[in-house]
Amino acid sequence: MKTLRIGSGAGYSGDRIEPAVELAEKGDLDYLVFECLAERTIALAQQARLSDPEAGFDPLLSERMRRVLPFVGRGREVGQRRLRLISNMGAANPLAAAREVRRIAVELGLHGLKVAAVTGDDVLAILKASPEQMLDNGATIASLGDRLISANAYLGAEGIVEALEADADVVITGRVADPSLFLAPQLFEFGWAADDWTRLGRGTLIGHLLECAGQITGGYFADPGVKEVPNLARLGFPLAEVDAEGRAVISKVDGSGGRINTATCTEQMIYEVHDPAAYLTPDVTADFSGVSFHPVATDEVRAEGADGRSRPGTLKVSVGYLDGWIGEGQISYGGPGALARAQLARNVVLERLQLTGVAFDDVRAELIGVDALHGGALGSRAAAEPWEVRLRVAARCSDKAEAVRIGNEVETLYTNGPYGGGGATKGVRQVVAVASLLMPRDAIKAQVHLEDAS
Amino acid sequence: MSTVKLRELAHSRTGDKGDTSNISVIAFKSEDYPRLVHALTAERVAEHFAELLGDDALRVLRYELPKVGALNFVLPGILKGGVTRSLALDAHGKALGAALLDIDV
Repeated sequence: MKTLRIGSGAGYSGDRIEPAVELAEKGDLDYLVFECLAERTIALAQQARLSDPEAGFDPLLSERMRRVLPFVGRGREVGQRRLRLISNMGAANPLAAAREVRRIAVELGLHGLKVAAVTGDDVLAILKASPEQMLDNGATIASLGDRLISANAYLGAEGIVEALEADADVVITGRVADPSLFLAPQLFEFGWAADDWTRLGRGTLIGHLLECAGQITGGYFADPGVKEVPNLARLGFPLAEVDAEGRAVISKVDGSGGRINTATCTEQMIYEVHDPAAYLTPDVTADFSGVSFHPVATDEVRAEGADGRSRPGTLKVSVGYLDGWIGEGQISYGGPGALARAQLARNVVLERLQLTGVAFDDVRAELIGVDALHGGALGSRAAAEPWEVRLRVAARCSDKAEAVRIGNEVETLYTNGPYGGGGATKGVRQVVAVASLLMPRDAIKAQVHLEDAS
Repeated sequence: MSTVKLRELAHSRTGDKGDTSNISVIAFKSEDYPRLVHALTAERVAEHFAELLGDDALRVLRYELPKVGALNFVLPGILKGGVTRSLALDAHGKALGAALLDIDV
């Protein structure tokens, strides 16, 4: 029976590159998929595109392509698996990204590679035409005015399938739902119908398990003494071998670091899921509530029991907008009495912000090592006072000059604050916020563009 | 049955979407799953994170996944504005699950 081997080459934009190269070289793969778009990545990329029309795609696209393109299509002539690449690294500019992939292919002396770009996710113009539409945070599109940066719909697998039908070796997209990047090759290779909800649900589970790369092979898992993971510095990325029924075994390249067992698979299945019986994607309403995992061999786990129901009638659109500035300052205290001095420093800064009339919308002053992660009640469960404590003050301001004053007030603790403060840092950054709304799916259509083969 | 810390019976992973966090709690041994179902109600978890949830404490939801011996807690509002606007050091709330493992069951 025909099987498909799909690997995961990145779980986020800045992810490690050599595990992807290892998969391309030794994974005996049909497809290597790179998932690189977090919630607001496109909004940031869109800002880059505004200042340079050829920019706006993933900053690591070029390096990743240089490293893995030499393996693409390699097995084809010898009747083995032919490697193809799929990625959302196009971000705000899939067309420019596809041109860059082709440029690198030529530079590497690789001829005949077909590169496709999938567009249609950018719905900014559609939204601007109906500014009365409301976001999930209650604001209307009109109220954002010039602060509106980007609006991208989460596309499903359709555009990628069309690119694969056109025989593309590399498919570059903008915003596509993460699991859809992995579902697309299954739909294409196995010829599943677009309303075969059960198989689409199974294929979506595979995508969801793979989309965070190292998070299923032992990354984000190790807890010394409780959950051990060997060789984390050499963590291997996952691959799934899938059959036409959507049955799959998750594994990794022999000799790579990390661990795959039912525990790592279960953690990843529930990751970023709310109702496990209704995981909404553009392709299907997937049902993971009946999934179970079974060890097959060392670092090999079979997943079964996923199901699906009809897909939602709407697509989620992420809207990026400028939302003021965050100013921040930090300073550390150490040794006996460090906690009391850090608490005094915190009170001094908060009082100074009032005294000097800094205009902020919201402020947060936390003690790193004490209450920054989980608040004061849980933080007080510590058995002893910490040896060192770091004060961190952050505030959101509509004006940049006001945000700069936050870090300055922390820094002046050096000569004006409690005894022994050290290592002060300060900074200010523009806030690119993201909100969402739903659009009817028939308003949005994926388009495929083929770069000429060379 | 004696009281133990959840960390002895289960492991956990935290995910984020907007300003909502989800925290899985997965039994190391399937025979301990019923104990988790009994002890770890949505109310218990809301109480554990009361300071962080504030008025959102009543919105905590729990889903059961008996086939993998897991519970999934969904905590809307706990990320206060979400990763893009939050002033918190850990804007994603990635470290929240580790705090839940200190709860007594």
